[in-house]
Amino acid sequence: MTTTSTSTVPATDRPPAGAGPARRARPALPRPRPARIAAVLLGAVPLAVLVLLWHLLTVNQVVLWLRFDKIPGPAEVVASFASRLSSGAYYADLLASLRRILLGFGIAAVAGVTIGTLIGRSSAARALLRPVIEVFRPIPAIALVPMAILLFPTGEQGIVFITFFAAFFPVAVSTIHAMHALPKVWEEAARTMGAGRLSVLVHVVLPGAMPGIFSGLSVAMGVAWICVISAEMISGQFGIGYATWQAYGLLDYAGVLVGMLSIGVLGWGTAWLVERVGRRVTRWLPRSAR
Amino acid sequence: MSGGARVVLRGMRLAYGPVLAAEVDLEVSPGEIVVLLGPSGCGKSTILRALAGLSRPVGGTAEIDGRPVTDAGTSCAMVFQEDALLPWRTARANVEYALKLRGVRRADRRAEAEEWLAQVGLAGFGGHLPGALSGGMRQRVQLARTLACRPRVMLMDEPFGALDTQTRAEMQRLLISVWRQHRTTILFVTHDVDEALLLADRIVLLTPRPAQVERIVQIAAPRRPGAQFEPEFARLRYEILASLSDAAVVPGEEVATP
Repeated sequence: MTTTSTSTVPATDRPPAGAGPARRARPALPRPRPARIAAVLLGAVPLAVLVLLWHLLTVNQVVLWLRFDKIPGPAEVVASFASRLSSGAYYADLLASLRRILLGFGIAAVAGVTIGTLIGRSSAARALLRPVIEVFRPIPAIALVPMAILLFPTGEQGIVFITFFAAFFPVAVSTIHAMHALPKVWEEAARTMGAGRLSVLVHVVLPGAMPGIFSGLSVAMGVAWICVISAEMISGQFGIGYATWQAYGLLDYAGVLVGMLSIGVLGWGTAWLVERVGRRVTRWLPRSAR
Repeated sequence: MSGGARVVLRGMRLAYGPVLAAEVDLEVSPGEIVVLLGPSGCGKSTILRALAGLSRPVGGTAEIDGRPVTDAGTSCAMVFQEDALLPWRTARANVEYALKLRGVRRADRRAEAEEWLAQVGLAGFGGHLPGALSGGMRQRVQLARTLACRPRVMLMDEPFGALDTQTRAEMQRLLISVWRQHRTTILFVTHDVDEALLLADRIVLLTPRPAQVERIVQIAAPRRPGAQFEPEFARLRYEILASLSDAAVVPGEEVATP
């Protein structure tokens, strides 16, 4: 772009600095390397302090109202973790839990967005479905364990169902809210250009609702983990939650901690994945709203 | 190009619930620019929305080239005041969506979208998201998108209302030059008397709610460059402002002199 008076775009009518015509606007420049390293180091310091504290408390078997005399120290946990890593059962447990999460969460995501969209867009669907949702929503998914055991032929299906049940509501409710929060003018503009209901849905409503849907999805992922682990502890025969509870029963406290940390890492990974995809889909949002 | 359509409103009545918002008789010739001017909140926008098929009249008829306006998207496209662009689509993709709705083949859309953007002075900005463009540029994209529908009637609802004075003047010039090429019928809503005088063939003065046609001002030499520096312009401006403030008189209320 030139800055002479022959430019096709008048001077008052220019995008914010840095946005040239050939380049697409980038939301943010990558931070310079030293700053990033400093940020990582800063984050590592409290973690290291916590591990050190843990070590000191357990090695000295401190009993100060809280009792650290039976808690395994970091060294024991690392050793236990190493032995777990070399056993096939550990991976089988991880995979079982991951599979349940992905199935339950996946079905909840599809069903939640579909039903949320129906309720958000159609008053007939709202009248029909809203009461059902409001009745079931307050029930904690984990209270369904007995029913799930009775209803489903296998425990596996029961656990997936409970995970689905827990994850469904955050997705459905945030989808409904996202539908209602859409600026009316987007849809009206599309309609005056000749868009039908389907085109409005696919090209205006769903993309516009994505930020809201994704905030529901990340809440749902957290809830799904809580429920899959609890359900495994109660009724599973394998899975990382089951293994953790089993270790407690066998007085293998280091094994309990390995289980906890594994769940933490898996939960972190899936949350990161949802956020990653969400960021890609909602790249158009102003930075303040992301 | 398709040119403009004739718009005829016969006793068209619009209501918000039980409250009558507007009752209008008006005939607009093909290719004419008619500006609807009235006190704010008088129901000007409601009239445009009815023509766009976004709200249904409770009585009377609205016809475009003899066909009643039944649903949105017949032959009217609308330029809105606010950001009506889809913010996740680039400027080009926003125009391409209009082309897709018009039935343009996918392979031809990109090039045609760039042409429309070039017409509004945005060549080379197709790849920008609306969030990276200034307010004036976003309204240019909206104009390009609306033109890409090849409308026979363009409904413009205070499209330049949120822009600064200089950008607004540029947009008015741009609109006139684009209109000279396509000769669509334009119904333009504003509360800015100067804008009305610069753009219109005829200015329709509306009464406060319910909006009714109070008076129609015919502009002798519409859109003549430099007209705003002539005494005739000032006289009309004064006359229109006077009749607008007369219309705003509600019994028992003082009127502030402008």
